[in-house]
Amino acid sequence: MADPASRPPRPSLASFAVLVAGTLLLAFLALPFVGLLLRVSPREVLARLGSAVVLDALRLSFVTSIAATAVVVVLGIPVAWLLATREFPGKRVVEVLVDLPMVLPPTVAGFALLMAFGRAGLAGRGLAALGISLPFTTLGVVVAQVFMAVPFMVGPARASFASLDRKLLDAAATLRARETFTFFHVALPLAMPGLLAGVAMSGARSLGEFGATITFAGNLPGSTQTMPLAVYVALQSDLDAAVALSVLLLVMAFGLLLGLRAAPAGSFWGRLDARAPGR
Amino acid sequence: MLELRVASRLGTFELEAELDVADGEVMVLVGESGSGKSTLLRCLSGLLRPDRGRISMDGATWFDSERSAWLSANERAVGVVTQDVALFPHLSAAENVAFGLRAQRIPAPEREQRTAAALERLGIASLAARKPHQLSGGQQQRVAIARAVVLEPRLLLLDEPLSALDAASRRAIRGELRKLLDELSCATVYVTHSPAEALSFGECITVLEAGRVSQVGTREDLMRSPRSPYVAEFLGVNLFFGTLTGPDGVRSAGGARIALPYGELTIAERAGAPGGAGSGDTAILVRPRDITLALARPTGTARNVFEGAIEELVPQPPDGELVRTSLATTPPLIAEVTRQAVTALALAPGRRVFASFKAAGVIVVGELDKRPSGA
Repeated sequence: MADPASRPPRPSLASFAVLVAGTLLLAFLALPFVGLLLRVSPREVLARLGSAVVLDALRLSFVTSIAATAVVVVLGIPVAWLLATREFPGKRVVEVLVDLPMVLPPTVAGFALLMAFGRAGLAGRGLAALGISLPFTTLGVVVAQVFMAVPFMVGPARASFASLDRKLLDAAATLRARETFTFFHVALPLAMPGLLAGVAMSGARSLGEFGATITFAGNLPGSTQTMPLAVYVALQSDLDAAVALSVLLLVMAFGLLLGLRAAPAGSFWGRLDARAPGR
Repeated sequence: MLELRVASRLGTFELEAELDVADGEVMVLVGESGSGKSTLLRCLSGLLRPDRGRISMDGATWFDSERSAWLSANERAVGVVTQDVALFPHLSAAENVAFGLRAQRIPAPEREQRTAAALERLGIASLAARKPHQLSGGQQQRVAIARAVVLEPRLLLLDEPLSALDAASRRAIRGELRKLLDELSCATVYVTHSPAEALSFGECITVLEAGRVSQVGTREDLMRSPRSPYVAEFLGVNLFFGTLTGPDGVRSAGGARIALPYGELTIAERAGAPGGAGSGDTAILVRPRDITLALARPTGTARNVFEGAIEELVPQPPDGELVRTSLATTPPLIAEVTRQAVTALALAPGRRVFASFKAAGVIVVGELDKRPSGA
């Protein structure tokens, strides 16, 4: 840097192009949010949030997305482990199946769910015999959210497991640990940053799910009308309420992502940090 | 007693090896990279299933292709220490050592007691709470050794355990490891690249070349009659056992001295003299290429001169430019000289020569506990 022979590089055409592209993209991403935030005052947002419809949607969104995330974690992490550590026939098909909800239009996913778990669906008849009905129920909301959130958990978790040092897993085996023990005592703690990312991403996906929910579970206030659905409804009647709900969702999503970036540096990696004081 | 006969094909590489190691014995396994050492170790530890053959330990079958018997790594009483240590980064030294005990559901009081004893044994009790990244390379390797031996394995596999360490900690740990291995009753397989380690750890040495065992024998066997260029190159050294004499190895202008059963050697001061004077048998190496041959008694700076007849001249691969010369001196020496020297001095079997080497050419390996009867 201090070398007098090397002058600072002249700004090239390429770096100018990058600057322009970057500015345009940032403006494009930020402007809608700025527009939302300027539309109402924070006091107004709080006032709107007190209404029954909004409170119902808020409560429902929290309950369903937390439940959906829990299901995705419990079912997704073992699958991610298998995909990261095993070779088996048909693995490609499993991989595609797991990734599919990420690229599928959500309404198509909701319709497919209806075909499977609807009253006349493949599994729906069996469930009905057991007295369980999924479509147009709160449970259906959770099912739709799980379906859409799975790839967001399995992807990061699998990548995290696959990047574990193979030698540590071998070492555990030669220390007479069974795979289950190794999974809980070596793989899980060491893959934690990736797993937390998966939890946050799938949680955010559940919270924001719209298309599959409205197709499969409907839009019934109090039982299936989650926040994104409430925004959509409010948009047609009460614009300010829609804005208030949107601001709330925006703040939550922003906070989640920001937390995701900040948390690993502060808590998890801090414990592994080489500069941590001894003892 | 470990008995192994395995054959395995990995891509184009074929391993076909046999290995017998008695309880309490240390079998040193040497071979170039790619010779199949790691593959063989993975078969032994249970991380790789060979195609054919049989592995048994103390009569228990670990692998038998004819009976389709196979115990995986976590079902075998095997301990593994590798060059890259592989400590669990999120666990403290004590938790690393206790890992295998926890995996086996050993009750907490016994677990803690055995962990503490293992840490104590390796001299790292004071480091118990440290994470691996807070430990030096040598300390990490001690934790890894403690982690393996705390489970009281029947077979201990040491895969170049010292080669990632700096020279100072390698020297320190080598002595301790030697002592530890003498105390253990298990069979040990020790893989190394270093002749000094091979000589100080292995009463018996197995040489693996291109997936096959090319020679098995005591270190003396291998040094006297290497069966391949690799063995000659690897162990082509002169090994003596002697006792350091004089207080502190006599640091006079003449350098320290080592008394041999047949005379005395002068060693350079900087060669170091671990253990101090009179503390037992010290092993000394002299490289064949450091030995000079002459027809008249040399008058130069070389301090160690031996006279004797030439026994054999063996041109060395690949081109015979170097000639391995066995001498009937006391002690017997192996010298490596150039083809020009052979011609110039008219060296031939039976001819009496003076073999000399400088004090600086003597390498002190350290103390060997088990002195082979032939030396």
